Amino acid sequence: MASLQPAAAEPQEDSPLWFARPPVVPKKVKGPFRRIKWAVMTVLLAIYWGVPWLRFDRGPFAPDQAVLIDLPGRKAYFLWFEIWPQEIYIITGLLIVAAIGLFFVTAMLGRVWCGFACPQTVWTDLFMMVERWVEGDRAQRLRLAKAPWTVSKIAQRLAKHSLWIAIGLATGGAWILYFNDAPTVMPQLFLGTAGAGVYITIGLLTFSTYLLAGWARESVCTFMCPYARFQSAMFDRDTLVVSYRDWRGEKRGKHKAGDGWEGRGHCIDCRQCVEVCPTGIDIRGGLQMSCISCGLCVDACDGIMDKVGLPHGLIGYDTERNMALGAAGKPRQWHFIRLRTLGYFVVFAAAGAAVLWALLARSPLEASVLPDRNPLFVRLSDGDLRNGYTLKLLNKTNQPQHIIISLDGLAQGQLTVLGHEGEAAPSLELAPDTVAALRLFVRLDTDQWAGEPIDYHFNIHDAARDLTVTTPARFEGPRQ
Amino acid sequence: MSTADKPEIDAITGSKIHPHEWDGIRELETPPPRWWVLTFAACVIFSLAWWVLYPAWPSFSGYTPGVLGYSTRAELAQTMAAVTAAQAPMNDRLAKLDYAAAAADADVMNFATAGGRALFAENCAQCHGSGAQGNVGFPNLLDDDWVWGGDYATLQATIEHGIRAANDVDTRQSLMPAFGKDGMLTREQVADVTQYVLALSGQTADAAAAGRGEAVFAEQCVSCHGEKGAGNRELGGPKLADGIWLYGGDAKAIEAQVWNPRAGVMPAWAGRLDALAIKKLVLYVHSLGGGE
Ligand code: SF4
Ligand code: SF4
Repeated sequence: MASLQPAAAEPQEDSPLWFARPPVVPKKVKGPFRRIKWAVMTVLLAIYWGVPWLRFDRGPFAPDQAVLIDLPGRKAYFLWFEIWPQEIYIITGLLIVAAIGLFFVTAMLGRVWCGFACPQTVWTDLFMMVERWVEGDRAQRLRLAKAPWTVSKIAQRLAKHSLWIAIGLATGGAWILYFNDAPTVMPQLFLGTAGAGVYITIGLLTFSTYLLAGWARESVCTFMCPYARFQSAMFDRDTLVVSYRDWRGEKRGKHKAGDGWEGRGHCIDCRQCVEVCPTGIDIRGGLQMSCISCGLCVDACDGIMDKVGLPHGLIGYDTERNMALGAAGKPRQWHFIRLRTLGYFVVFAAAGAAVLWALLARSPLEASVLPDRNPLFVRLSDGDLRNGYTLKLLNKTNQPQHIIISLDGLAQGQLTVLGHEGEAAPSLELAPDTVAALRLFVRLDTDQWAGEPIDYHFNIHDAARDLTVTTPARFEGPRQ
Repeated sequence: MSTADKPEIDAITGSKIHPHEWDGIRELETPPPRWWVLTFAACVIFSLAWWVLYPAWPSFSGYTPGVLGYSTRAELAQTMAAVTAAQAPMNDRLAKLDYAAAAADADVMNFATAGGRALFAENCAQCHGSGAQGNVGFPNLLDDDWVWGGDYATLQATIEHGIRAANDVDTRQSLMPAFGKDGMLTREQVADVTQYVLALSGQTADAAAAGRGEAVFAEQCVSCHGEKGAGNRELGGPKLADGIWLYGGDAKAIEAQVWNPRAGVMPAWAGRLDALAIKKLVLYVHSLGGGE
């Protein structure tokens, strides 16, 4: 199914390994799919440029940007959720959920992600819009490309590239707002006081946006994108893909107004479907790897069908099964629930639930104990045994926490916290959003030692939340 | 072999065909792509600029320093200076506080013990062990038994002046006489007092011999090791009535120590470490669990 068609020219018969790719100069098109694409683009760009400006009050100790990845602080904030480095698995989980969701959608609807929502498509569309606005539609642009370098051509090209670079700058500029407090860094950007990393990031993103959306365009989708390579593994006979109904269109040929349609197909070979295609392919050659399912050829052809007075749908979203049924003159059949789609959905739902659970069950207080190993235990002058531990406490809330540490399962053990000597149940305050490392000593009367390590627990109790975190520990002494 | 004067042209690529041929294989003279040539040229220019700007060419007496004056040594010195500068505020805070106040300030204490741990690993771990657990002849610093005392002031004095350090007049001095070797006690007396010391520390001992040894102990040992072996910190006489031993606590080791004692030496650190470093070490050692 995934054959790579040349853009417009067929490869020469005697050079199957090599052909030049003429530039793709897509034509403007009107229709429902084009409208959907405009709508999706508007929403996605609004999200991209707008989200860093949303505020979310987290109290006095945490930033109030709704979505913020705080690299120096090693934390990420998403509305109610705050993700610590050790919880990076949640991000991994989200990526897995997103990937499986993409597989599910692909199995159902083909490459719609590529055609409508992929950043490469969205930004390319935006760049093409600017291009069309400055240089005109396809015919004018083709003419301009051939024209000698006059002042007006230079002015047009300059205008286009400047606008492209401006969009690139806005794109790179917005990116760093996700990693910095937006209202703080924005003026710094213009005053030149933001960090070097900020400017380098903006520079790189400006350049890559300009290169990928301005110059590379469909080459990214066809030659660079790994997803293009394996998406066909998710397709089957019931996946909706943009299809040319050849049994209706062939035999194609020119058609003059007033002529009849007997003995010929409905395709009038006007090549509109090819001219509007952003990847420059001819969908009449069958499903191809380069097709990003954008539906623009559907819009173009439906427009032509209107003009010649034939029903829509010479090109349309359809399944391989229905294409065969249609060719045989039989009614269509829909199989949305299939082993494949069901499987993807089950995995998607399970992974989603797991991530949600991980987020909701996340404890605001975490503890881990590191026993001293060099030495494992110390013998004191009265013969008692003592073990030392480092207790790491993570206060993942943005409020101070008051905690009480106690032993559980080592009844005779005496606990001392360095700096809190003499407190029977040492109680401490943990600063908001910090990791505290405490030195603990546990002393055990030598009579209590039976020659075997004793497993017990530290209980860290937060009275304000009525929350107890338990962490396992082991008491060591001389073995017998 | 082609003998034509004009080079043949390959129909598909438009490249010249090289005039030689091996086993029927012929080569195209396809020029490298323009972008590749440009990149190559850019690399050449880049490397030329590099030679001029940065240290590049070795010579007999040195190297070309480059007009930017860059050197990794200077960079290291800069980094170190930056680290020192970054630590300066905490060092100043620590210097102004006395030990108790420093221990009560969590930030200062974190800073001081981190520095102390590094200094300990560098200077002290060779004798006292990387975990400060000591070894035979080298005191364990984790336990609660101190020959000279474990409070801040004593720890500081010990580190500054060392133990039996030859080059420090204020060093801690204590020497146990060689009771056996120098003929102050007979072999029987040494054996008896050994049994008494075993009994003092709660180990099994021969009661008759220990009884005889008690008299010997009262006469010879009490002045340094105290009544009932309770120890004497003023004189550095270790406590004997406990389970902690510097040179071993079994009969053989005790007897050897009475007959011909060993006495370790700790260098005086005052001239080698500055006062702040010693302060960090004191706070670190005190925090190990045995501090008094
Ligand atoms: S737009 Fe429709 S009618 Fe025109 S060439 Fe394409 S398929 Fe044929
Ligand atoms: S063939 Fe049609 S659906 Fe596919 S990329 Fe081209 S215009 Fe879009």
